[in-house]
Amino acid sequence: MSVEAKPDTKAAGRHATPPPGSEGTLMRRTGDWARRAPLLPALVFMIIVTQLPFVVTIVVSFMDWNAYYPDERGFAGIDNFRRVITDANTRHAIWVTILLTAGVVLISLVLGLLIALLLDRKFRGRGIVRTMMITPFLVVPVAAALLWKHALYNPTYGLFNGVLKWLFGDNAPQPDWISNQPLWSIIFALVWQWTPFMMLILLAGLQSRPLDVIEAAGIDGANQWEIFRYMTLPHLRQYLELSALLGSIYVVQNFDAVFTITSGGLGTANLPYTIYQTFYTAHDYGRASAAGVIVVIGTIAIATFALRSVSTLFREETGR
Amino acid sequence: MSGQVTIVTGKKNRGGGFVLGGLAWIVGILFVLPVLWMLLTSFHSEEDAAKNPPDLGAPLTLAGYKSFFDTGPWPSIANSLTASILSTALVILLAFPAAYALSIRPVKKWTDVLFFFLSTKMLPVVAGLLPIYLFAQSVGFLDNVWLLIILYTSMNLPIAVWMLRSFLSEVPVEILEAASVDGATLSRTLRSVVAPIVTPGIASAALICFIFSWNELLFARVLTGTVAQTAPVFLTGFVTSQGLFLAKVCAASIVVSLPVLIAGFAAQDKLVQGLSLGAVK
Repeated sequence: MSVEAKPDTKAAGRHATPPPGSEGTLMRRTGDWARRAPLLPALVFMIIVTQLPFVVTIVVSFMDWNAYYPDERGFAGIDNFRRVITDANTRHAIWVTILLTAGVVLISLVLGLLIALLLDRKFRGRGIVRTMMITPFLVVPVAAALLWKHALYNPTYGLFNGVLKWLFGDNAPQPDWISNQPLWSIIFALVWQWTPFMMLILLAGLQSRPLDVIEAAGIDGANQWEIFRYMTLPHLRQYLELSALLGSIYVVQNFDAVFTITSGGLGTANLPYTIYQTFYTAHDYGRASAAGVIVVIGTIAIATFALRSVSTLFREETGR
Repeated sequence: MSGQVTIVTGKKNRGGGFVLGGLAWIVGILFVLPVLWMLLTSFHSEEDAAKNPPDLGAPLTLAGYKSFFDTGPWPSIANSLTASILSTALVILLAFPAAYALSIRPVKKWTDVLFFFLSTKMLPVVAGLLPIYLFAQSVGFLDNVWLLIILYTSMNLPIAVWMLRSFLSEVPVEILEAASVDGATLSRTLRSVVAPIVTPGIASAALICFIFSWNELLFARVLTGTVAQTAPVFLTGFVTSQGLFLAKVCAASIVVSLPVLIAGFAAQDKLVQGLSLGAVK
């Protein structure tokens, strides 16, 4: 669903081929197509399945189209956008999306870094601890959300309140976690799933450090903190950026946790959930599309900015 | 190499190392604890599961699993398997030649093509959902598992292209030259020369695509009904507000997560590479 649709390859190919005539160009052109042939099925498939729908979304976003009122279908101009932007619910959803994404990404990034540092050291059973750490990420997201909602947060039989009773006896406080802190409940459930992800990327980063340099610094009398601050952290920077970017891409789109834990209630509806509702429940297609276009514009803005900062890692990867 | 460093730092604080190792264990246990709790609860009776404070030593039973399977989850599990396996096969079929054209015999502007694939992952699924729904509705394709197969293929194709590309770029050039001297055609080269070398890479890419397809909820929730619903959709639907259901929910969550846990542990070493779209090795 990208707007960065690049018919570049074709255009570039045409550009690069000199005007027809000589035998050499003909051969080169055949060669070009022979090279392109294995790529084309994947490329064409992606353009049709991800780019075309988005073009339709843009068209519908300028239309008056509600499935409940099929007779009123027509051109709406920027009406949908005005309604989306001025709507208090949408603005709240934007705010929730930002809080949710920033909260989950920042907390799991810090936790992930600390745990990666712990796991970077040699100790007995490191492989087992690493496997235990990634388990939360391998629980189906819906199942994880159900687990947190019913088995952990539930005020009557959840584990959290059970532990409180264990610790403080029958008079222990028994808070209703989700009702008291709906957004934080979702954030913590997601942090539990995303910390392993951040940890894995950062651990890979830590293990790609040039060890001889660090060893030399140690011999030269640099202490652990200095090595971390002036050598490890700068080296980790692009890994931190990459995990933050990838984490943001996935968490911004989160639907499963919001849908399962609060059903978007208690002020926790984020943009994906709101759009889902506008379209699935309210059947206001024009408005849902306008909101979709706005989400895409926001994501592109963030992604171009973020991608530029992490592109070194990808460039290194592509530049074999 | 890492051994040497451990010696250097280890000498300074062997006691500290012991404490930090213990801390790592505690953190690991804390993270896995909810899953263990889910596992234990799934083997308790509904009455024991709802006790507060919890009764750890309650007798174990398969009642939770039985009542989950009584709700008829098999069609949705079969749909999930169909959608995940077929879309993964399609992904590999499309991504493998594409990765070849982006690494071994690269097309012009191949970095742009790669970044085009990457950029499709950046944009929210929800923005394309409506047109897909309307299209599927108009051609009678709603509640059809093939629609999910196509969408999951597009969802995972960029991941597979990036991953396979980074594996393919490690194939020695000499082997390919030998194949071309022997007059092997492209599809033959791909099948008989390149594929065997990168089989482990293809396997881990496939496992990761399988996980993402299996986990997907939004598309499945909107585009399927009673016929093609997947296991995650089934999970969201069977929690009722009446009666005790905790053991059943835990059993269901374990059963539905099992394929992902198996695939994830199998692909553990390549998990980072897949999740970071090949950027981290």
